[in-house]
Amino acid sequence: MALKKICDQLNLVKQCQKYELSLWQCPQFLFLVMGAVIFFSTLAIYIIGSRYIEEPLLVALMVLLTSAILFIIASIIIRSFERLAETNRMKSEFVNIVSHQLRSPLSNLKWAIELLMSGRISSISEKQAEYFKILKENSVRMGELVSDLLTVSRIEQGKFPLKKEKIYLQDLIEKTIKETEIFAKASNVEIKFNSEDNLPQIIIDPNQIRLVIVNLSENAIRYINKEGRVEISLKKKNDNLYLEVKDNGIGIPKDDQKYIFQKFFRSGNVKKHQTEGSGLGLYIAKSIIEKSGGKIGFYSQEKKGSTFWFTLPIK
Amino acid sequence: MAKTILFIEDESALQKTFGEILSQEEYQMISALDGEIGLRMAKEKKPDLILLDLILPKINGFDVLKKLKEENGTKDIPVIVLTNLERIEDVERALELGAKTYLVKTSYSLEEVLEKIKKALDE
Repeated sequence: MALKKICDQLNLVKQCQKYELSLWQCPQFLFLVMGAVIFFSTLAIYIIGSRYIEEPLLVALMVLLTSAILFIIASIIIRSFERLAETNRMKSEFVNIVSHQLRSPLSNLKWAIELLMSGRISSISEKQAEYFKILKENSVRMGELVSDLLTVSRIEQGKFPLKKEKIYLQDLIEKTIKETEIFAKASNVEIKFNSEDNLPQIIIDPNQIRLVIVNLSENAIRYINKEGRVEISLKKKNDNLYLEVKDNGIGIPKDDQKYIFQKFFRSGNVKKHQTEGSGLGLYIAKSIIEKSGGKIGFYSQEKKGSTFWFTLPIK
Repeated sequence: MAKTILFIEDESALQKTFGEILSQEEYQMISALDGEIGLRMAKEKKPDLILLDLILPKINGFDVLKKLKEENGTKDIPVIVLTNLERIEDVERALELGAKTYLVKTSYSLEEVLEKIKKALDE
């Protein structure tokens, strides 16, 4: 396994294909060429220099030529890096524009459905209401997906300013739990929260941290089979506040665990279980926590449940 | 007399939805599809409330808001911003320019927006 990975990394053609650049535009390949040029030219200069020591001009010319070649290669490498960066920037910008454009028709759709559902235009039958509900839920879901995409593209463009407010984390958690309670009840899940007493205030962006707590607790609720329990606990650990969200849900298969914070990744057992979810929530959570100076992680056992935790620095 | 609400918004679908629900609540809604018409109507009709989108043709919502607040005849009309922009900078900018409330379209239901409108009109 490990050997295969090393071979893959050494396989430059494959690596360069990943960037969709030709071999002569690929930084890795160019680095290799540059290394070879440095090695052989130094060797040649050494040999020539030691043999024709009475002709220093020749050696000087060799050095000059070599540095010229190296200079050219280095400039091509830099240009290829620029290309990669540009491609990445365009991708993020593209997502940004598309998401914004998507939002207008989405809100039109959502509100028109709500108007129909409200019965203000004409009364609706039970069966119609059922289908209106499907329409509404899916428009909301699409709205959330677009919001997630916007957040991700902002994170990647580095345009993700965090506000700083001094607050009690336990208050924020209690408020957030209240918001998710309807969803929890509908899923037959009980949420319990306990917090150590006398915890200090911390400086964070409440909206963003709220988003992390919502993501973690909704995941916990979503991936519980039938009925269950989500336990959220908060305590002080060294110079950090440590929050834990524990569920007795379906857990994460061992092979999938290392990918769990990757963008768009969704575990195989989750896909079988649930169709909703974009695979962006944990990626966003990780970015927010790390930008706030904390750490995030989890431990999980398939069929037994998962525990996600994060820390936030007190000072 | 029924209270008048000016809705400055370039999406005609939204104009229709809000027109329906506001007329049911016995408000009179007048609509403007771009910033220029919106400003003119605000001056001429002196509505009791303005609903304002920020991304608008001709004159954008921020500039409309600024001009509304500069003009004596319109500066006291409460403005509710109803938009898809949700960056903190945009929210802060609109509130600094004098918007009363800032609502992100995708995060509010129709009834919630209606509540905010009623509340703004009652004050």
